[in-house]
Order: sequence, then structure tokens, then C-alpha cells
Amino acid sequence: MLTKRIIPCLDIKDGRTVKGTNFLQLRDAGDPVELAVRYCEEGADELVFLDITATTERRKTLAGLVRQIATHINIPFTVGGGIHSKEDVSLLLDNGADKISVNTSAVNNPGLINKLSGEFGSQCVVLAIDAKLIDGTWMVVTHGGRQPTPLKAIDWALEGTSRGAGEILLTSMENDGTKTGFALELTRQISGAVPVPVIASGGAGTKEHFAEVFTEGKADAALAASIFHFGEIPVPELKRYLSARNIPVRI
Amino acid sequence: MRTVIIKYNAGNIQSVLFALERIGVQAVVTDDAAQILAADRVIFPGVGEASTAMQYLQERALDKLILSLKQPVLGICLGMQLLCTHSEENDTACLGVFKDVRVRRFPHSGSGLKVPQMGWNSIGELTGPLFKEVNENTFCYFVHSYYAEPNSFSVARTDYILPYCSALQIDNFYGVQFHPEKSAKAGEQILKNFIYC
Repeated sequence: MLTKRIIPCLDIKDGRTVKGTNFLQLRDAGDPVELAVRYCEEGADELVFLDITATTERRKTLAGLVRQIATHINIPFTVGGGIHSKEDVSLLLDNGADKISVNTSAVNNPGLINKLSGEFGSQCVVLAIDAKLIDGTWMVVTHGGRQPTPLKAIDWALEGTSRGAGEILLTSMENDGTKTGFALELTRQISGAVPVPVIASGGAGTKEHFAEVFTEGKADAALAASIFHFGEIPVPELKRYLSARNIPVRI
Repeated sequence: MRTVIIKYNAGNIQSVLFALERIGVQAVVTDDAAQILAADRVIFPGVGEASTAMQYLQERALDKLILSLKQPVLGICLGMQLLCTHSEENDTACLGVFKDVRVRRFPHSGSGLKVPQMGWNSIGELTGPLFKEVNENTFCYFVHSYYAEPNSFSVARTDYILPYCSALQIDNFYGVQFHPEKSAKAGEQILKNFIYC
């Protein structure tokens, strides 16, 4: 049976993990490669790396880091942040990334999704959608939630997949960082509407939250950052919990 | 041990190269006939669309070359499907190493299972050298919309919407639907088994 995926997310700035970790055994908690290897060994199903570096040197640094990651880990990983062109994607895939994610650049230029999926295949194009509840409707926001758009999240998810996105990474900006649980209604609505897998993100605080987002939210995968980095919920413990509740996971 | 990865117009070659590096194998990516023929092991990877991949192979006579290989050959994902006889994907005649095996598109399940299947699923009914020291019902990483029907060459089975064949073997030809290069320790074991079979 296909299992539900647990995906730790690492924010990267200038080649380092931004939010720290309290994995005491790590020599260097800021080294994304070391942290990635740790997650692999713990049984994470995939990893997502979001590059938030703003400097012009970023592409070279990121490519080098992606290569390091690819030589060390044996599970799929996605790289996102500042991807605007086929050239950006080529560089990341050539260095071993399995998938790339686009967010703001796709909102500004929806044709980018067609271009990337046409060139590299849908399986490696993840559309990241940041959604915010505005006057009772889930709307797409960009620039880390600061910039509103006229797009409804559901419409954008449908358009993105019809343009060739192979997966949706759906983040609720209402829930992100709150540790009060995922946006279940939003996740269920989008997962039920699109033909591709949906990764739920934003709000994970407890193991119950993961169980809910898989059962009630109908998510195919769930992503979180700090609760994994700070060891609040170790991946193996989370998986045992889900398995005991008959949610299929890889153990 | 000279290992080559056949270079053609279907992605994921880098991932295979890195996975081989992790198990200590330096492979060469090439479409050069002499190099492929001289290799001890040949990997035929692929992510993409069947008809354009077949056309590319035919234009470069790589189709006949692959059929002539006597050393162990491993088809991965689309590579495996192209070793079958026919794919429903754009009604494509494939290489026919696995005789009369047809590749079909997953039907809509009605139970919310999505196509493509993307993620970790188990492999069972394991037989043959590829799965030495691999446990029954081990999880592997899959990304695909088309599957091989159950057949007499099957050495692994997986269930998604319906039961299907997730690995095949005949003589020196092996094919796996999943991505061993992305399937954690189990995948590394399968790649090692192929390299040292």
C-alpha cells in the first residue's frame, strides 16, 4: 500500500540551515548536509530544502550544496527558492536534486510551470502555494505571505496542475508557526480537487495533527520544520504513532 | 567493473550516478555504442514519455544495441517499461525483451488514489538475484502513471489500485519500476545486487 510521507523541511541561507536544531549529537547543527543525513537515518521519506539566500552568489552556493546533499542522502529531495528559469532548474537537477519547487515566480509567470514540466517532466515540478484566509476565502499570497494576489487557492491549484505541476506543496499562512494543527478544510478541499499528490504544510505541533491531516485533511504527505529540528517530535516516534492508528507509513 | 548509464532524452540520470557513487561505483554516462558494448554492467534509466524516448533510441540505433547486450542490463522506471513489448502511453511499440508484457495506464480508482502513484510502496513476492538480502514487503520509492501487467517474468509485485508487476527478469535483463537510486538502504542493496550479480 502506498504510504503517507513525512517530510522535514530545511530553510537554507548562505549554505547553512537557518533555524537551528537541538540534535546534540550533530557536530554542527547548522550544516544542512549533516542534518539531512540524520533525517534519512531516522526514516524521513523525503526532504525539502528552501533556499532563502538573497545574494547574487546564491546560485553557485546552492548548486554546490545540492551536490553535497545528493552525494550523501538516499531518498528523494526537493529544492525551492528563487527559481525563475529552465537554467535555474537544470543547474539543480544536474547537481542531483530530484524535484524543484516554484512559488512566487509561477504566480508572476504561470507559463513557467508549462515550460518546466515540458522540459523536465511533471514529476519534478512542485507547485508551492501559500494560502491565507481573506474574507472567508483561501487566497494565494506571495513573498512569504506579505503580498496578496487575486487568485483563489483552489483555482490556482487546479490551474497549476493543468499546466503540468506534478505535486502541490500547500502551506497555510494562517497556521504556519502556530503549532495548532494543519489547515484541514483547505487541505481536504485542494487534495480532493487536484489529480496530483498534496503535501500539507504549516501548523504541525503534535503527532495528532499529522494523523488528522492524513485522515480528515486527505493529505498525501505532511511537511514540518521546527518540530523536527528541535526534536519535539522525532520522526521514528511519529511514524510509530501513525502506524498504530492504521495510517500507512514506511517503517 | 565498468558500469555505464545509457544517455538518452529521459531524465534522472544524475540521481542514478550519485547513488552508484554512494555504493562505491564510478559509472560513465554515455550513448557511445563501443563504450556500452564494452561495459560489464549497463543501466538504462529514464523518466519521461515512452514514444519520444523510443523514437530517440531508434534514431541513434540504441534500440538494436540494447537488444544485443549480453552483460547484465538494468532498466529503471521508464527504462523498465521500454524493455516490455508495448506501452499504452501514446500506443508505443517497445523493445520487447519481456515478450508480450504490456504496460498500461493506472485506471481511475474511485477511492481517491491518485495517478501518478508517487511515494513509498512495498514490493513483495520477491525472487531472483536482484532481491538477495532484501526483505519481503520492503518499501521502495515509486513515481509512475503506467504499470506492467502481471506476467511470467515477474520477480516483484506491488499493489496500487490493482496488483501489478514491479520488477522483471529474463536472462541478463532486469527491470524495476521503482527508483532504487532513491529507495534508501533497500535501494542501495538492490543496486549492489545488480552490480555484483
